[in-house]
Parts: sequence; structure tokens; C-alpha cells
Amino acid sequence: MIEIQGVTKVYETRFGPRKVLDDISLRLEYGSNVGIVGRNGAGKSTLIRLLSGAERPTAGRITRRMKVSWPLAFGGAFQNNLTGLDNLKFVCRIYGVDHEPLIPFVEEFTELGVYFREPVSHYSHGMLTRLAFALSMAIEFDCFLIDEVLVVGDKRFHDRCHEELFVKRKDRSFILVSHDPKVLKLYCERACVLHQGRLHDFESVDAAYDYYNAECL
Amino acid sequence: MSASHPVMPPVPSLLRSAAIQRRVIAALLMREIITRFGRRNLGVLWLVAEPMIFTLFVAALWTAIGGHRAPGMTVVGFAVTGYSSVLMWRNSVSHNVHAVRENINLLYHRNVHLYDVFLARVTIEIAGATASFFLLATFFVLVDQMPLPNDLLTMAFAWLMLAWFGTSLAILVGAAASYSDVVARLWQPLSYVLFPLSGAAFMVSWIPDQARKYVLVLPMVHGVELLRSGYFGSAVRPYYDMAYMGTVNLVITFLGLALMRRAQLRLEAE
Repeated sequence: MIEIQGVTKVYETRFGPRKVLDDISLRLEYGSNVGIVGRNGAGKSTLIRLLSGAERPTAGRITRRMKVSWPLAFGGAFQNNLTGLDNLKFVCRIYGVDHEPLIPFVEEFTELGVYFREPVSHYSHGMLTRLAFALSMAIEFDCFLIDEVLVVGDKRFHDRCHEELFVKRKDRSFILVSHDPKVLKLYCERACVLHQGRLHDFESVDAAYDYYNAECL
Repeated sequence: MSASHPVMPPVPSLLRSAAIQRRVIAALLMREIITRFGRRNLGVLWLVAEPMIFTLFVAALWTAIGGHRAPGMTVVGFAVTGYSSVLMWRNSVSHNVHAVRENINLLYHRNVHLYDVFLARVTIEIAGATASFFLLATFFVLVDQMPLPNDLLTMAFAWLMLAWFGTSLAILVGAAASYSDVVARLWQPLSYVLFPLSGAAFMVSWIPDQARKYVLVLPMVHGVELLRSGYFGSAVRPYYDMAYMGTVNLVITFLGLALMRRAQLRLEAE
């Protein structure tokens, strides 16, 4: 279970405080999933950062009774002068997992070849994304945080992500944020709309879809 | 790889948290060491070599210009005890000034806290300074440039108090620097001013009576005085008040933790 209770997030700007999330609440049970749709700048990524724990809410609380992942395919936590392998070892140490058995999977999935043992600073954006995604799969989580804009790549990458996440791990929870309600329709059993700092919860994805198209665009 | 069903994490307990924190700090230690020293040439040995070289230069310089000599204490011994300890707390702070900014994205991993980052970095500095002190002292005792230490227990106590001072100041300065770059910029000149005042280059008994009470405001002076008292025994006349140093350390610790708590609320990740 993961629960957001009355969470507000305010950022300081040069023009004074700006409220990005305004008293939002959401509850997700183990094994279920939810999609959150919102326009650019609606606060989707902020919500993901709060859920992952990278930032703290200004008010309200987030309770986690599941093992929550870092945002899928997010490579910002890599140490640039360490190799892909070093970063795998580091992440494994943090989560208390033996890295040896995971090397074949990560090497195969990322298709990095010799670059797996080169510093991450030499990676292209696509390589970085593949490594980050593979590491998120290497550690077993109960709930994945997915920011759609982070998981960009070619069709092959998308197909393989789909296989790993929605086929092999279909028993897990996930929270998916996107600006595209069609993506939600494809993957989610339930949906919310994030608009002007408020989170609107809907029973069905279709209801959220209609609301979004009518009220937010 | 098979996607086996994950085990639900057990309810957090103090013991489990401690185990996780130990693991995280160990992982951060490895990461820091590889990042900072690499795998080429001396690698991690630089951690010990850097303070050693620094202390050796100072010892050589003072010997050349004819530093303070007293029966039972040597110029070299004076330099080694003073500079090892000052480097320990100074490097602890200097290497943590940007710790928050450089590691903010690690907070995406639920298990990692900012305190872990600070503790890992401070551990590296303390280990380096301690090893450097130990190796230099052993070497100079063997070549008869330093007497044998007088009271190891007192030295260990003084060393721990200095390490605590460095750790708490690192957290305070690091948290403050996350609010404003000005703090980071001011730390550099401040550390230069504090360096000669910190008791590395003099003993309180050598300076005029009126100046003593001002110098003794600085907590690290008490630590260095006690360290030298432990090493050289009756050859030196130390001035220290460990209750005072402990109180200041405690205040810095609380200020640092409180400021870090506040800073965490407004940190912005990538």
C-alpha cells in the first residue's frame, strides 16, 4: 500500500512561492495500478519526486508499505566517472542484493557491449536510459514509478520495456504519469487527472479521459 | 532473469534500519573512494599520502627554521601531532561543503539519506588522517625523531573529540551551504584563518596570558592540547577543558541536525 494524504508542495521562486500540488490525496493497494494524466507543467514530475522520496512535501504525508522504485529509466543518480558495471554494483549494495547473478541480464538488456565497462560519462542518452531501465528491473520492487517522458527510445527499446514491465511483472503495482491519456488507456486500470494543483480521482480510465479532454485542454 | 514475486518488506525496526544504514554507508564509501582516487597509480593510498606529505613538509620547514624545542618534545613530534589533527577536521568539512548538491539525486533511492552521504565522506577523511598520523608517528619513533607516546588512552579520547568536532561541523556547514553558495565561498577563507589559530602551530602555554582566553574559545584548541598532553606527557603544559569542548560539539551537532532537517524540506532534485 502507498498512501498520499493531503500533500501540498510549494516551490520558492524569485517571484514568491508557487504552489505546484495543492492538498492531494491518493491511495494505491498492493498489486493495483493508477495512471495520472496532466498537461505539461501540471506537477506530474513533482509528484513522482515526492513519491520516490527525493523531495519532501511542504505539507501532508506519504506512507509507503511497499518497496517503491526510483523513477523508471531515470539516470540522474549515476556517478558519471564510474562505469556501468560500477553503477550496477553500487545500486545493488544500496538495496542489499548480490550483483553477480544480475550482470548477464543487464548486459543483455542494455546491449552496451564494451561500454558496460566504460565510464557512464561516455554514454549516449539512449545508452544511459537503457542502463537505468535495466537497473530498475534488476532490483525487485513492489511498485514502479513511471514518468513517461523518461522512458524514451526506439521501438525495440519500447517493446522490451513493455515485455519486462507489463508482461513479466504484471503482478506489481505501478504509478504512471503521462501527458497523453491514450497511454493511460493502454496500461492502467484506474486514472486520475492532475490539473491546476488538484488531483481528480476517477473510477474508470474512460471517465478520466473524458474529463481531461473536456476540462484541461 | 526471472521476475520472481518480491517479498513484502518487513515493518521497519531500529535494528533493520541500522543494518540498512551500515550497508548504504559502505556502498557510498566504495563509491567515494573510486570516484575520488580512481584505480590508477596509488589509488586509495592517496587518502593517507596526502595528509602525510603535507605534515612532512611542515615538519621539514619547522626543523629548517628551528622551531620550538623542549625536553621530551621534538619539532617533528610537534608538527605531526598538530597537523594530523587539524587536517582531520578541516578536510572533513572541506570535502562536505558541496555534499548536498553533489548527491541530491541519490535521494531517489529510498534507503539513502543525506546523513549517510556525510558520514561516508567524513569516515574517509578521519580514516585517512588517522592512518597518516599513525604511520608518521611510528616512522619518526623508529628513527628517533619522536619519543614514544605517553598515554594512548588520553590521545584516543582527544582524537575522538576532534573527529566529533569535524563531523558535526561538516554537517552544519554542508547544510548551510545547501541554502546559499555564500557559505561555501566563505568557508575557504574561514578555514585559512582558523588553521593557524587552531592550536596546530603553537601551544596555549606559549602565548601571552591575555590572549589565552580568546584562543581557548575555539573548541579544537582544547582537543589539540589534550592530544599533545597525551603524547608528550609532562614535557608540555596543556590548557584544555574537555567539558567545554564537548558542550560546543553538542551545540554544533544539534544546530547541524536541525538545519539539515529544515534544508531537506526545500531541497530540489533534478
